[in-house]
Amino acid sequence: MRKLLLLVAALLVAHVALLFIHPAGAAAPPAGHTIDVGVVFDLGGRGDKSFNDGAYLGAERAEKALGVQVRFIEPGEGSDRESGLRLLAAEGMDLVIGVGFIFTDDLTQLAREYPNTKFAGVDYSVATDPSGKVVPPPANLAALKFREEQGSYLVGALAALVGKSKKVGFVGGMDSPLIQKFEMGYRAGVKQVCPDCIVLSQYAGVTPEAFRNPGKGKEIALSQYQQGVNVIFHASGSTGLGVFEAARQTNKLAIGVDADQYSEAPGYVLSSMVKGVDNAVYDAIRKVKDGQFRGGIYQYGLAESGVGYVYDKNNERLIPPVVHARLEQLRQEIVAGRIVVPSTR
Amino acid sequence: MSTTDPTIARVGGDTPTPAAASAVSDRASRRASIEEAVLPPLVALLLAAVVGDVLILSFGQSPGAVYRLLVDGTWGNAYGFGQVLYKATTLVFTGLAVALGLRAGLFNIGAESQLAAGGFCAAIVGLLLPVGIPSLLCLPIYILAAALGGGVVGAVPGVLKARFGAHEVIVTIMLNFIVLALLNYLTSTRLHVPDTLHTAEIGSGVLPRVSDVVPSFQGSAANATILLALLAMIALWWFLFRTRRGFELRAVGLQPHAAEYAGVHVGSVTWRALSISGAIAGIGGLNYVLGYKHYYEEGFATGAGFLGIAVALVGRSHPIGIGLAALLFATLSQGGLAVNALVPKQMVDVLQAVVILAVATSVPEVRRLLRGARRSAER
Repeated sequence: MRKLLLLVAALLVAHVALLFIHPAGAAAPPAGHTIDVGVVFDLGGRGDKSFNDGAYLGAERAEKALGVQVRFIEPGEGSDRESGLRLLAAEGMDLVIGVGFIFTDDLTQLAREYPNTKFAGVDYSVATDPSGKVVPPPANLAALKFREEQGSYLVGALAALVGKSKKVGFVGGMDSPLIQKFEMGYRAGVKQVCPDCIVLSQYAGVTPEAFRNPGKGKEIALSQYQQGVNVIFHASGSTGLGVFEAARQTNKLAIGVDADQYSEAPGYVLSSMVKGVDNAVYDAIRKVKDGQFRGGIYQYGLAESGVGYVYDKNNERLIPPVVHARLEQLRQEIVAGRIVVPSTR
Repeated sequence: MSTTDPTIARVGGDTPTPAAASAVSDRASRRASIEEAVLPPLVALLLAAVVGDVLILSFGQSPGAVYRLLVDGTWGNAYGFGQVLYKATTLVFTGLAVALGLRAGLFNIGAESQLAAGGFCAAIVGLLLPVGIPSLLCLPIYILAAALGGGVVGAVPGVLKARFGAHEVIVTIMLNFIVLALLNYLTSTRLHVPDTLHTAEIGSGVLPRVSDVVPSFQGSAANATILLALLAMIALWWFLFRTRRGFELRAVGLQPHAAEYAGVHVGSVTWRALSISGAIAGIGGLNYVLGYKHYYEEGFATGAGFLGIAVALVGRSHPIGIGLAALLFATLSQGGLAVNALVPKQMVDVLQAVVILAVATSVPEVRRLLRGARRSAER
């Protein structure tokens, strides 16, 4: 016991001594910033190479270019989502952003409780009342939504034109309305350029785990490649890493999602369907700074450059100029509204 | 134990002990046991604080400022304190569940899925109950449903251990995967509201929030489940230290062979302990389902089950200790959000790990469990 008491005393002294150290450059309370922005990430957090990282990039760019002050919070469990948003709102942030559709309920509630704070939700899912009419979000809440089906449509056409085997593949993550949007757009794009093509489509599962299962992704992709598929589009988070692995192993092609995934398997990534979360977040912050922020539903599609496909010096040798021209023509028809891409089954 | 060992019994009987001397030694031994209960967690806490200081310095921040922010964001205002209470409520239930197992010499790693199963069953019952029943009438039904949900998940490893000697650590770990996958499957295929990961809201029987009584708690999720947690602490203390079943359970935990020799049926104690343990964890699901969101959501209390193991160890498997440990871990968890601007959230995870490691190496129950495991491995 004597020894333990001594240990207690020693630790106490050490702790109290360390409390008085103030390293140079320690954060002083922020002052003189025009705009304060708070961002709460989804449970996946940063490092997902997808929308969390996209939101981070957008906010960071705004910090540098617009001189705003950004605070990030990474929640640890379910109840932390509301807690994180509330901490930021209570601190008097000008704009509070929740990243991921799972923030929908919490954002709606907080926007009502803090009518003078502005809120934005990436992938916010807009509710419909029983008669099917859209319930608009509160006036101080911007729903940042993406037309994933439009970007998927273009990579569908790309897969059919480059694949040449009348069979193309799709690997989804969690079987859910959000991912079905990717699949429906993809199917429509394939049918547009190749009416007698078959789409082999499989999902990795029905739980969020299905977004984190590269083994399953590889298994599905290998079986699709063996059935004569030459190009697979994945919309499955890190499950897609297995799809790239399978492409490398069988010397076939895969299409990435959300961000440019060329570096995951150089030479085997035909293109990526990119989702401009960074641009949407940057846009929302810029509007707050310029005093032009309005609540409501914002749709980021091809017309707004919110979605698109990658065509750069890395992959231009994989995509023949004729195919690229055809894709650009399809893009213009969608932007002009002559082609309407379906988004549900 | 002394009755099974004739030499000890005789020595004790032969030595004349004057009443005064025994009172003195009583007081001394009580003081020693209090010191033994309080000092190791204190050392752990201070050790974590010092490790935290060093980590904060390595991020180029000032420890004083970060700790002040941590306290301000938790105990420093009504909302933060409410969040601490809310998180502690769930942890009390999972902590008590694990502690009951430890008292019986069983390591229940399954609180995570038992908690989820309890919340799930309560939400299902809530969807079936007609709207408008008074809360007080529904509450027993909800408690029963949650206890059944968690209890069934706990009973499986209990029966497997009692009947076939399957090790409860392996079974409860594996059941976590199975049960969580099953619940997620049911939710995401049958029960979810489109575009979300949760079920529809329950119609009746939601519990009042603390902010309904004390308005300054506005926005915090703390709710009347706190009272249930306090009741559970008292009930478990009564069960363990004041009933015959509780005595049998502790006897099995201390020395199963001796207990068996004394006439205790070890098998029934085992499966009963794990079932009750699961039921307690299951009731913890009400904190979220009845008190906070009023629906079951996938992963609504991720980590609370595993943190319950830490709560039970740091709380020395005693209800009062568990209450304090739950407050400590809840404070760290909520405080992690408050200091997230200055240091990464993972710093708080490291602090929790230091507390757990420091306590785990000094707690007699853990040493005994490890010894037992080694002995059974040798055999």
